[in-house]
Amino acid sequence: MSNRKEEYWKANVKLLTICLVVWFVVSYLFGIILVDSLNNIRIGGYKLGFWFAQQGSIYVFLLLIYFYAKQMGKIDKEFGAEE
Amino acid sequence: MDLKTLTYIVVGLTFALYIGIAFWAKAGSTSEFYVAGKGINPVANGMATAADWMSAASFISMAGLIAFLGYGGSIFLMGWTGGYVLLAMLLAPYLRKSNKFTVPEFIGDRYYSNSARVVAVICLLFASITYVIGQMKGVGVAFSRFLEVPYDVGLLIGMGIVLTYAVLGGMKGITYTQIAQYCVLIFAYTVPAIFISLNLTGNPIPQIGLGSQMADGVYLLDKLDAVVKDLGFAEYTTSKRGGTFNMFVYTLSLMIGTAGLPHVIVRFFTVPKVKDARASAGWALVFIALLYTTAPAVGAMARLNLMNTIQTSEVGSPEGNLSYEERPQWFKNWESTGLLAYEDKNGDGKIQYYNDKSEEFNAKAEGFGWSGNEMTKVDRDIMVLANPEIAKLPNWVIALVVAGGLAAALSTAAGLLLAIASSISHDLLKGVFRPDISERAELTASRISMVGAVLLAGYLGLNPPDFAAGTVAIAFGLAASSIFPALMMGIFSKKVNKEGAIAGMIAGLTITLLYVFQHKGWFFIPGTSFLGDMKPSWFLGIEPNAFGAIGAVINFTVAYVVSGMTQAVPDHIEAMVDDIRSPGTVS
Repeated sequence: MSNRKEEYWKANVKLLTICLVVWFVVSYLFGIILVDSLNNIRIGGYKLGFWFAQQGSIYVFLLLIYFYAKQMGKIDKEFGAEE
Repeated sequence: MDLKTLTYIVVGLTFALYIGIAFWAKAGSTSEFYVAGKGINPVANGMATAADWMSAASFISMAGLIAFLGYGGSIFLMGWTGGYVLLAMLLAPYLRKSNKFTVPEFIGDRYYSNSARVVAVICLLFASITYVIGQMKGVGVAFSRFLEVPYDVGLLIGMGIVLTYAVLGGMKGITYTQIAQYCVLIFAYTVPAIFISLNLTGNPIPQIGLGSQMADGVYLLDKLDAVVKDLGFAEYTTSKRGGTFNMFVYTLSLMIGTAGLPHVIVRFFTVPKVKDARASAGWALVFIALLYTTAPAVGAMARLNLMNTIQTSEVGSPEGNLSYEERPQWFKNWESTGLLAYEDKNGDGKIQYYNDKSEEFNAKAEGFGWSGNEMTKVDRDIMVLANPEIAKLPNWVIALVVAGGLAAALSTAAGLLLAIASSISHDLLKGVFRPDISERAELTASRISMVGAVLLAGYLGLNPPDFAAGTVAIAFGLAASSIFPALMMGIFSKKVNKEGAIAGMIAGLTITLLYVFQHKGWFFIPGTSFLGDMKPSWFLGIEPNAFGAIGAVINFTVAYVVSGMTQAVPDHIEAMVDDIRSPGTVS
């Protein structure tokens, strides 16, 4: 495999690793593991941990896919790998 | 106009629309039949994916589950949305690039083996058929409750509709019908939610209403916590489902399972470009999130309305409970279906609804002269359907909810039936047994398999096996433990070979099935479980429905170990993996 190809794949894997770390943090960490401590903080009528589990994590998932698709578009262009 | 006539009109209009679309979008080639000619706009595909994905379970059952589980219900909210992040980044773009028609076809080509393809077909059939029974049952129930026809007749009408547009149009017809069905179902879901949120909090946006104050200045969630705790139930916003670790594994299983369900994955084969596959996963989640962020508000508000209807003022005061004679009309309607039941245990003619499993509260309840919970049955599935009635909304809203529930069930059933039919005609017939078949003959074969699949689903819907309720666990468990790992390793590793992939799929599948069967009975036959379906016998406290994630870990491990001990992947397969990793050629 050529070096450029390898670099392209590495850039993709790096980007998606960052996204999946955020994915893990908002759902598993904030929504499940740390939920009791976060519940001491409130936004309006929502306890924060509860909010992440039933609302916030879903909004972040959306942003993540949007961010990934956009950044990958840039990487495709940089490497001339567009269709 | 009375509710029945109105429901007939609304449901009739939506059905006419679906059939009209079917004739307009007739499929002419196998490519149109399997993947809509790979020409669907990513936004439209996102909407179709959302309708495909959101079944009768999402529409009817989920908010009811959340209403009674409280915070514990979050596993479904996160689990059934988080999978799209995995799809968008780990599967969809590469699978689109591979230019295949079906999931087993990709597995067979990547692992250069017809055996791998057949194993994948078996997993797909098992998962999709168990899933489709539930949809057929949902259609039958919705018809029989609201159109007052027998269950069988309702089911037959539903089968006829699906048959027409799925057989005629294949993926092309299904996609355009699903777009219409999404519009019907999301409108039907959000309209009552907006009314109810407005009633309770003065805020029309349910997502904000759930975190808002009520007329008396108390936050809705605080009020709900207080109301349920006063009656001995677990606090709404903090009650966990089986502990932190179980919730973690359960959520993970649902996410991986979602990303591994073939009827969802195949939707990403229908867009024109790799770029569109990434964007389309995002659009799908936008449309799904509209319903999934509304559901927790619907659940919490329905629970609060239900509690307040029955417990009219202070707990324990003589006039605090609703008298059975004065029960509202919706209460009577649902009593007649048997899904809601009341028993006057202390003979006072009033309704007491509380948690009689809590010993601490029972002592108090005895002091009030109560002798046990008198709401002997409150089926969770009635919450969404009864919600507009409980909130006293007009009849047209109720008619709309019925049409929405039917749209959700039919759109998912069609997607599943297509996945089943194409795995038979494209993977088994064309791929393995009759490779020389012409395109025309294959198209006919796929239409015949579609008819067969509808008949089978209808038969199983008429005679639902006893295990129907437990099979959702199997569908997600199979997708998570066999299909998802095989696909992901096929893209992200060049080391995993034919032997590794087959061994991994079989190991993941077997261990997941064994775990479910040993707790729920062999093939769900009662009395044959040797460990019993109870908490102390669960491995690390993981409930059987949540075991798919463990199966997936085993699949990955076995695949790597076996691949390390057997022959390396051939060069042309390595080249194929390189090729699917980028949309075009890196220059």
